[in-house]
Amino acid sequence: MKLVPVLFLVFFCLVRANGNELLTSTLIKIGAHGNGNQEAIRAISKDNQLDHSSILPLLIAMNSANSVGDNWIRAVISETIISSDPANFPIQKIHNFLENQSNAGSSRLTAFELLQDNNPKLANSIIPSLIHDPEPSLRRYAIAKILDDASLEKDAEIALGLYQKALNFAREVDQIQEATKQLRNRGETIDLVELMGFITSWEIVGPFDNSERMGFGKVYSPETESVSRESYKGKNGQAKWTAFSTSHNLGMLDINEEYGQIKEALAYAKTTFVSDSAQKVQIRLGSKNAWKVWVNGDLLYSRDEYHRGKTRIDQFVIDGELKKGANKILLKVCQNEQTQSWTKQWEFCLRITDKSGKPIRQSSVN
Amino acid sequence: MKISKIIFLLLSFSFIQSVHAEWLAFRGSQGNGSSKSSDPGKIELHGKNSWVTELPGRGLSSPVVVNDTVFLTASSGPNQETLHIIAFEQTNGQKKWERKFKATGRTVCHQKTCVAASTIASDGQVLIAQFSSNDIFCLTLSGRIKWLRGLAFDNPNIANGLGMSSSPRIASGTAIIQVENDADSFSFGLDMADGTTVWKKERTRAANWTSPISIRKNDREIIGLQSKDGLTAIDPVNGKNLWAYEEGASTIPSSTWTEENIVLVPSNGMTALKIDKKLMSFKKIWRDNKLKPGTGSPTTSKGKLYVVNNANVLSCASVKTGEILWRMRLQGPVSSSPVIGSHHLYIFNETGLCQVVDLRDESPSVVHSIDLEDTILGTPAVSKDAIFIRSDKRLWKLGA
Repeated sequence: MKLVPVLFLVFFCLVRANGNELLTSTLIKIGAHGNGNQEAIRAISKDNQLDHSSILPLLIAMNSANSVGDNWIRAVISETIISSDPANFPIQKIHNFLENQSNAGSSRLTAFELLQDNNPKLANSIIPSLIHDPEPSLRRYAIAKILDDASLEKDAEIALGLYQKALNFAREVDQIQEATKQLRNRGETIDLVELMGFITSWEIVGPFDNSERMGFGKVYSPETESVSRESYKGKNGQAKWTAFSTSHNLGMLDINEEYGQIKEALAYAKTTFVSDSAQKVQIRLGSKNAWKVWVNGDLLYSRDEYHRGKTRIDQFVIDGELKKGANKILLKVCQNEQTQSWTKQWEFCLRITDKSGKPIRQSSVN
Repeated sequence: MKISKIIFLLLSFSFIQSVHAEWLAFRGSQGNGSSKSSDPGKIELHGKNSWVTELPGRGLSSPVVVNDTVFLTASSGPNQETLHIIAFEQTNGQKKWERKFKATGRTVCHQKTCVAASTIASDGQVLIAQFSSNDIFCLTLSGRIKWLRGLAFDNPNIANGLGMSSSPRIASGTAIIQVENDADSFSFGLDMADGTTVWKKERTRAANWTSPISIRKNDREIIGLQSKDGLTAIDPVNGKNLWAYEEGASTIPSSTWTEENIVLVPSNGMTALKIDKKLMSFKKIWRDNKLKPGTGSPTTSKGKLYVVNNANVLSCASVKTGEILWRMRLQGPVSSSPVIGSHHLYIFNETGLCQVVDLRDESPSVVHSIDLEDTILGTPAVSKDAIFIRSDKRLWKLGA
């Protein structure tokens, strides 16, 4: 080979590599409020050298991007695949990327969906191995297959075993409920409160005034004090902390049972959760009322909306952190003025899980 | 003004001159549910100009038609977290391209609606797709990404537990996006060139499923934003309020602008506002509580207003006076808005029955019907001598 074509090839590869790096580094920097959009548009329009070799670097870039950046990268991957030779699709590299659980869940899911679109046979063969996957959206495929297999199984004992397996490994609510339903139909006893880790023992104080929905933003004493007082001036006289628990099969706590069906009121519920280590967790809350949640005095999230749909399990999934030992969880749950039959509920359910949806159990040692 | 924005505006203006046959947004290019292009009259499931194709996900959004392509959104996955934008060849229904994204905002919805509830808006150059998760995508007609935004990534509390459905509008180089809820509630003007925020308005904190409307006179265009408070007219360039009608309005059916420069607001039944030539003020000219719409929005054509109420009664009234000209009962229940072509009105009920009314008759009646045997909650498009309509599973082109 002559020297000039070789040098040209080397130059071409370097330019392409630099273009890819510029593009991926730009997409990683996409921020909130459209920050980074202009740079991304410039980087995409400049880079005409994308081919199948660009897919893996783009997937790796997703590990560092936020969810908006992920969508930019999905768009670029999609355009790359369309403009490239299908024969060169890097199946093995993408498969390896999927198997490496140190990659981010969202980028591994994208890798799996790429395999589904470009090599469905391989993708289907991978599904059973996803049953232990820490990424719930990938694990879901394996559970769905087990539930399908169980529904088609004619041998009752094998079907029972499959449903038990699905229940043991499922992390997502609808799959847990489907497996539970099938097992209960077969005479099995399932304790969903224990299985899903709902917190059922609380203390509650109220009612406080929420006229014209103003109580949501008003700071009542239970929000600020580090040591709770015994009683406060409430909406209907003195309000005292009292034990508050539930035997509901999905851990639902009905505040109406405590105070009667009153309107324009709010209450605080608190509990102590003992963690055996400092760890990142997800607080999974369901409530059709307006609410705020604090962990160890820090406000994690709030939602000022009433009765838009039913209370759902895991309706709100909020990232948080627990310290080792006792953690104080405080909830403010508000009821509004509406009088329709579908606005009577004043309720919540709450559990704490890891990122995969696995319940975190309280330490037995306080 | 940026050079790119000036070029963009010039291109958009030239395109507007040639789009009469297209259906570019929710309730058509005019936003009033009617098209000046010819309609097919009688429609057939298996006609030579008809086809049906499967969809990869659910949706209530309407199809839009640009040149020879039908564009549609859908959502799929256990939590409807996968967002689809799909292009079909209008002549035969073959898929031209599909782009898939993931929702960055909340996807919880009432079971009757879904994440793909908002209709795409196009200016003939690009597509603006909005989803209930408050993800906004701008793609070229060939599916290439131009820009995207995750508005709930920026403002996590812009969400509605029942789902959202407002459709975007494009005006003066700006994508107008209404994301209004009980919690955080905003309207945005996004730069069509790069998706950055041109303006952001705090709006009344109340759930709102209505869509922005265009109000036009000569070369001037302003935008009407509806809410439970009424209708606020804004300048699309900077979002500044121009005038406000403040006697309340529905939060489900949207207002309709007519060529008589009258805006019909679903307010206290139906309220008609006559807009001045400079679009800087309005005068209330009539109101009639017998013209209160149900879920669907009012449609206008040739000086007449058509509205379906919650009892499935289709009413026709004069746009200028509000005088009710005729009424007829349809087979309901009806969730979608009626659409009108050259001579016929088409309305789908929730069980998939399309009822066709010939508007040339003195005493109109349903002259023809066709049953898709599928749940239809969205509003059709009228273009290319055909009706385009979708369910959660299929997209139809229904021609003669």
